[in-house]
Amino acid sequence: MKVRVDPERCEGHSRCHALAPELFALDDIGNATAIGDGRVPPGLEEKARLAVANCPEYAVEILEDAG
Amino acid sequence: MTDSKPGAPAVPDPEADAGAPTCPVTGQGGDPAIERPPVTDWRTDWDHLDPRWRDDPFPIWDELRTGPIARTERFEGAWLPTRYEDVKAIAYDTEHFTSRRIVLRHKKYEDPPLPAPPITSDPPEHKAHKRVLLPFFSPQEVGKLEPMARRICNELIDDFIADGRCDAAQHYARHIPVRIIAYMLGVPVRDSDRFIRWIHEILEVGIVDDEIGKNATKAMRDYFRHHIALRKEGRTEADPDGPEPDLIRVMMDGSLNGVPFEENHVLGTLNLLMIAGIDTTWSAIGASIMHLGRHPEDRTRLVAEPALMPTAVEELLRAYSPVTMAREVKKDVELGGCPMKKGEMVLLSFPAANRDPEMFPDANRVVLDRQENRHGAFGLGIHRCVGSNLARMEMQVAIEEWLKRIPDYRVVGDVTWSDGTVRGPRTLPVAFG
Repeated sequence: MKVRVDPERCEGHSRCHALAPELFALDDIGNATAIGDGRVPPGLEEKARLAVANCPEYAVEILEDAG
Repeated sequence: MTDSKPGAPAVPDPEADAGAPTCPVTGQGGDPAIERPPVTDWRTDWDHLDPRWRDDPFPIWDELRTGPIARTERFEGAWLPTRYEDVKAIAYDTEHFTSRRIVLRHKKYEDPPLPAPPITSDPPEHKAHKRVLLPFFSPQEVGKLEPMARRICNELIDDFIADGRCDAAQHYARHIPVRIIAYMLGVPVRDSDRFIRWIHEILEVGIVDDEIGKNATKAMRDYFRHHIALRKEGRTEADPDGPEPDLIRVMMDGSLNGVPFEENHVLGTLNLLMIAGIDTTWSAIGASIMHLGRHPEDRTRLVAEPALMPTAVEELLRAYSPVTMAREVKKDVELGGCPMKKGEMVLLSFPAANRDPEMFPDANRVVLDRQENRHGAFGLGIHRCVGSNLARMEMQVAIEEWLKRIPDYRVVGDVTWSDGTVRGPRTLPVAFG
């Protein structure tokens, strides 16, 4: 599983970072990016799903088949 | 700022307000709702200043959501979407809707309206107008203010805890955000009551009384002019331990493509930071304390499960969203079969969107551990509230510190609500102990 933040949609609500700081980093203006290549370490899948379900801009997505 | 004339403007006299009432927030004198004809049909004649809306808007929105976007001929003609999808569509559509007017007034009294960047800015300028502020409101930066917020909350509680009762809106919630934004801006906290009164005059009374609204806006701009002039002389009245740079300095030094921001821009942004940084979070804290006072099951759960707090704060933000914005139609457009004409206004009710059962199952119930919560309490799209991270921190700290010291309390009298653009309790009598 991988996570991705669409930079065109992200408006810096920083919900993903609050819910899953292991998976999402914020830049200097508070917009989010996936940490590293976005791969979700085992055990953090639920946090990844919460991040998706709480983004008001639908900017966070899960790529299930990312290996 | 390079074109401003030398010489400081008239210095606002801190004593001038001494005899004035601290804050006419409970509806006495100048209550804009009193003289308005009552609404008989919300679909064709809605009015967000009607006392029924003020006291309990939720059934009104529930009814309106089942029909087309509501219309009123009040406010020189305006629309009211109440479904999440419609509110979101308008918030995203900067081609047909401009943010240059974001408060729905009895009439559009200024043309063009005074700018308050970035909230009144449209693309493409909006991005740069917002960017200058964002680094100071990131979660990391506002995290540095958390110890101060906890100290403020505890000092306030110290003042009333022995009484066994207090007005949680007037004696607690009201004082938290204003002290923090004063610190960030670089102005003295002792002026807090003035700030709160100006905001009341701009956002509540000023919606129907142009003169009062204009005068308060002018007073606030003069206030910031004075503090800018002080800085140009190498002086400041900021907290000596305050941030460096403070937000007044940030805006004074701000520029776009090498051109310094004009005075109108600087003053507009500073006014915005003060207005947006006070009433809104005060309202959210008060509504949260009200909810927890009336729902002991939620209160005891939060006391027992402090880790639930961030999720609970989001749910309280959804259910009691304080902020309603507006847009002006820039280009004729049809939405949901409604022909919206250039120049008409749209009341953009994020609070109504956040109660839409199509988006939020069991929308009228507070579910503290709601797992999926894409609420738009801080707006949707490019105008996401600059201060959202600050507001969240203040809310969480204010509720946590309250519950640590007052885990058991109840609402013991009538709650009164503010009018218009920012909704929250303005009197909230509670008893404890």
